[in-house]
Parts: sequence; structure tokens; C-alpha cells
Amino acid sequence: MSDITRDEVAHLAELARIDLSDAEISSLTDQLGQILQAVAQVNEVATPDVPATSHPIPLTNVFREDIPGETLTTEQVFGGAPDVEEHMFRVPSILGDAPATKQGE
Amino acid sequence: MSEDLIRLTAAELADHLASGEVSSVEATQASLDRIHAVDGEVHAFLHVADKAALATAAEVDRRRAAGEELPSLAGVPIAVKDVMTTKDMPTTSGSKILEGWVPPYDATVVEHLRNHDMVLLGKTNMDEFAMGSSTEYSAYGPTHNPWDLDRIPGGSGGGSAAAVAAFEAPLATGSDTGGSIRFPAHVTGTVGVKPTYGQVSRWGAIALASSLDQMGPVARTVLDTALLHDVIKGHDPKDSTSINREWPSFADAVRQADLSGVRVGVIRQLTGEGFQAGVRARFNEAVTLLTKAGADVVEVDCPHIGSAVAAYYLILPAEASSNLARFDGVRYGRRVMPETGPETVENMMAATREAGFGPEVKRRIILGTYALSAGYYDQFYGQAQKVRTLIQRDFDAAFSQVDVLVSPTGPTTAFKLGAKVNDPLAMYLNDVATIPANLAGIPGMSVPMGRADEDGLPVGLQVLAPAMHDERLYTVAAVVERELTAAWGKPLLGFAPELKEASK
Repeated sequence: MSDITRDEVAHLAELARIDLSDAEISSLTDQLGQILQAVAQVNEVATPDVPATSHPIPLTNVFREDIPGETLTTEQVFGGAPDVEEHMFRVPSILGDAPATKQGE
Repeated sequence: MSEDLIRLTAAELADHLASGEVSSVEATQASLDRIHAVDGEVHAFLHVADKAALATAAEVDRRRAAGEELPSLAGVPIAVKDVMTTKDMPTTSGSKILEGWVPPYDATVVEHLRNHDMVLLGKTNMDEFAMGSSTEYSAYGPTHNPWDLDRIPGGSGGGSAAAVAAFEAPLATGSDTGGSIRFPAHVTGTVGVKPTYGQVSRWGAIALASSLDQMGPVARTVLDTALLHDVIKGHDPKDSTSINREWPSFADAVRQADLSGVRVGVIRQLTGEGFQAGVRARFNEAVTLLTKAGADVVEVDCPHIGSAVAAYYLILPAEASSNLARFDGVRYGRRVMPETGPETVENMMAATREAGFGPEVKRRIILGTYALSAGYYDQFYGQAQKVRTLIQRDFDAAFSQVDVLVSPTGPTTAFKLGAKVNDPLAMYLNDVATIPANLAGIPGMSVPMGRADEDGLPVGLQVLAPAMHDERLYTVAAVVERELTAAWGKPLLGFAPELKEASK
């Protein structure tokens, strides 16, 4: 079980937005296959009646009073951004079929 | 004097500072001199804040001279793991994707350090986004173990552990998701604690796996660890998983440590096979020592602990793949444009993440994406969460019989740099003894218990306690440290070879 194919790894990389090279896809396919075989043992331990735990300590919703707190200034917010225009994060074209343009044009 | 200053414990240094015998500037300068003399070879630091540290120290000295009442660790130098944001120092989490990023805010842990007037020396090296147990996955090159520079210092917090082991700083901060504080402590002969989940704020700590991450103290002695733990613990409204309750003084737990009648359980599944002979030998001696010190020692079973690593390597990548989605080249950090194809935002993100992430980070993101994807969710992630329940039940049952549990902290001593870096599965098994505590949210500690006969390298005793009872770790570790230091005639680090100091 849990054999993973090259195509699956390429698809996962697309979902995760990582532009893996062909060499990386090949080595990851091998490594993930081994890792998945090792972790598949989780299927052998837990029976259907065992509830899942998502968190170590039981949690409740946390609310606070709706009063303004300390916030970052716009200078601080944009201070580390790769590209900014008039207090907005500037990004390349958001539509897939847009023509290729050099950044900054 | 400078040589003596760096070897003082934080508690001793704090006393000297309070009495005026030593100034914070002197102590800070001694640490900085040591860093510049040995860190070329150790590489514990990614950033050293010489000027800012000396300025903080001078201000503490001035206020003390003016008669101000200062917190107990005021003026004591400390190194900060690069996973924690600092508004006056770069924060990279060991990754190229954040190279040069200076965050606009301090992590709550860092805020606590500043509020206690501690002197921030710089940022310590770590595996990229805390993924690893050797620091070899740092994008900035590995840290070297001060006991043997050809060996790993553990990870992910190898920089913090090496910094205290090499006497570059008396204290450091750490984060522990599957053993990143305890495993480095084990292989460097130092002390480290992963607190109860939620006891120390995660705000401003760059998230790896949010249901497992916990910040904690790193030091050379049990008392120093407790003093730092007392500074950083406590409720934080900015962390919704932060526990809102009062905690006892852990320093008091160290000072009043007495093992009479304490029930100690040896985890049967974490002894024997898979553990190096020298690790087993020191562990058996430590168990004998606990008995002699008045503890009632019994063996207990945690039958599902053997599946902890498997469950962890599904839960962690799943959470990490989600947490690391924020690094996309839009709001902060690095941006890389695609070399081919249309320059769309999606292609920019994919190019940025391809160039910015290292191999282990990519491996875990893809694994996590797989574990969470439709069709595999029930088979992998869902099952791993059930195993998590079973491990919690194992601990519940064990702690109904005993007050604390013990095991070796790691299966082997420090291995050679490069030995496991291309074998992810072998690397994952370093954390076999530490991972269960993160899955269950319980506190754990590593305290030195000697050196393995076969290689003379340090090994650590792991102590585990029920959630909310971190003070028990300190009770047990204080006695172990006291008895062993008396038997050795000096602390374990006294057996480490002298590091060559670079001439200035």
C-alpha cells in the first residue's frame, strides 16, 4: 500500500505551490514512498472506536473585549514587503492567461 | 576575570551583578568575546548583536547604580533561538526565504526577557523552520557540537544548546515540537525543558506544528533552567492556546528538591533495543541513583509509544504544510520571479518557495499536503490523530501509578555531521523518546546523566510529568544533578575538551 507515483508528487507540488525540479520530484517520490510505508503503521494500531485527538490540552474559544488594542503602523506592516505601491502589497498578474511582463513595468 | 565570568552559572552571575561585584557590561563583553573567539568553529549564532547588547547592559548597570530594584536575572546575557521574532534583530527560522527579515514585533517570550532586563546577545542557529534533529538542515550551515566539532549538536535547537555548552551564553531560549530542546540538551551535556503545552506563549514564535510547538528554557544547570522558565511562563492573551492559571516557582522546586516517596516509572518501551549500550548503561545507573535518593522506582508500560514517531510524521507535516503556506513572497520575506512561463502571482509563489525552502522543508510540506488530501485523509491524518489519543491514554494510565516517568532522552550519542542527512527516516528516529510528550502535551526535560563508555560523549536522562506539573521535572532533575555532580567532582561540561580560541 501507499505507493506514491511521480505524477502524484508533481500534483502535490502544484497544490503546495512549490516549483520542484524534475530531479527533486524523482528523489521525493522515492523518499516519500519509504516514509509513507513507515508511517502506515498508524493503521494497525487504532480501532474505529478510538476518538481522534487534534489537540493535547482541551481548548475552549477565547474571546476578548471589543476594544482597540495596539496595532502595527502601516510603515511596519509594509516594511518587510518585497514590493509595495501606495500602502498596498504589489503582486504580479493574478490571472493565469495574462501576458508575461517584467516586474516593475 | 573574563574567562571566569563566562563559566559562571546564570544564578551565580545574577548574584554577582546584584552585589555589584560584576557589571552587566563586563559579563556581556565576556560573552561577546567568547562568541568571537569560538563561534567561527561552533557556529551557534546566526546573528550577534554586539552594540545593542552592550547598550542594554550599560543601561541595566546605570539603573542598578541609581538604586533601582531590578528583576533577578537583570543584566544576565541570553541567546535567542532564531524561531522567535525580535524587532531589532533579523529573524529567519534558519530559512533563506526569510533571509534578512527584521520583524515589526517581538515574540512574547522575547518581550518577557526584555521586561526582565536581560541582555539579548543574538540569534541562534537551527534546522530550517525547526525541521530536523541535527541543525544540518539550517540554510546557513550546521552548528558543531562543542564536545567534538565533527559531530552534530542535536536539533532543531542545536545553536542554543551549543551556545550554552560552549560557554558563549549562560542561558538560551528554545522551541520543542518533537524534541528540539531536549535532544540537543542530551547530545551536548546541557539542560533543557519542554514545558506543558500552553504554559509558555507561542506568540511571535514562527509556527511549525501549532498543536505540538512549545517554547522553553535552555541552560547548563537545572537551577538556571528553572530561573529562565520562571521568567518566560505565564498566560498570554495573544495566544489562544495559552493556559490561564498560576504556576508555582520552578526555582523553588529546585531549591527544595527531595525525592523521598516520589514514585518514578521507567517506561519499558523506551529501554533496551534501539538504544546505544553507553546510553543504556548510564540510564540504568541513573535509575539506581533515584532509588538510593529515596524514590520508589517501578517499571510501567506505554504500549502505544512505539507508534508515536509514525503518528508524529503525519500530524507534523500536515500542520506544517498549512502553517508554511504564509511564505509566499507577497507580504514579507523573499520573492523570486519564475524564470520561464507567465509571470503570474501563482508562478511567483511557486518560484519563491522552490528557491526559498530547503529539501527537508519541501519533503515535509509535500508529505503534509498528501496526508491532508482527499482520499488519504482518513487513512493517514485521521488515523494518526487516533494514535495520539492512545498515547495520551498510555500516559494517563502511567501517571495514575507514578508521579514522573523516566527514559533516556535520545537513542544514541551525537553522531557525525553528514551521517544521517540524506536518510530522512534515520533522522526521524532520533526523536523516538521525545516525540510522545509533544503528542500528549505533557512537560519533559533532559538533564545530563554521564558519558557513554564507547565514545565519551554526553547522554541525558529524560524526565516526564503529567500536564500542569512541570515542577516535578525540577524536583527529580535537581537531585540527579546534585548527586552526579558530587560523584564526578565537577559538572559534566567540565569533562568537555577546551575549545580553541581564535586570536583576536
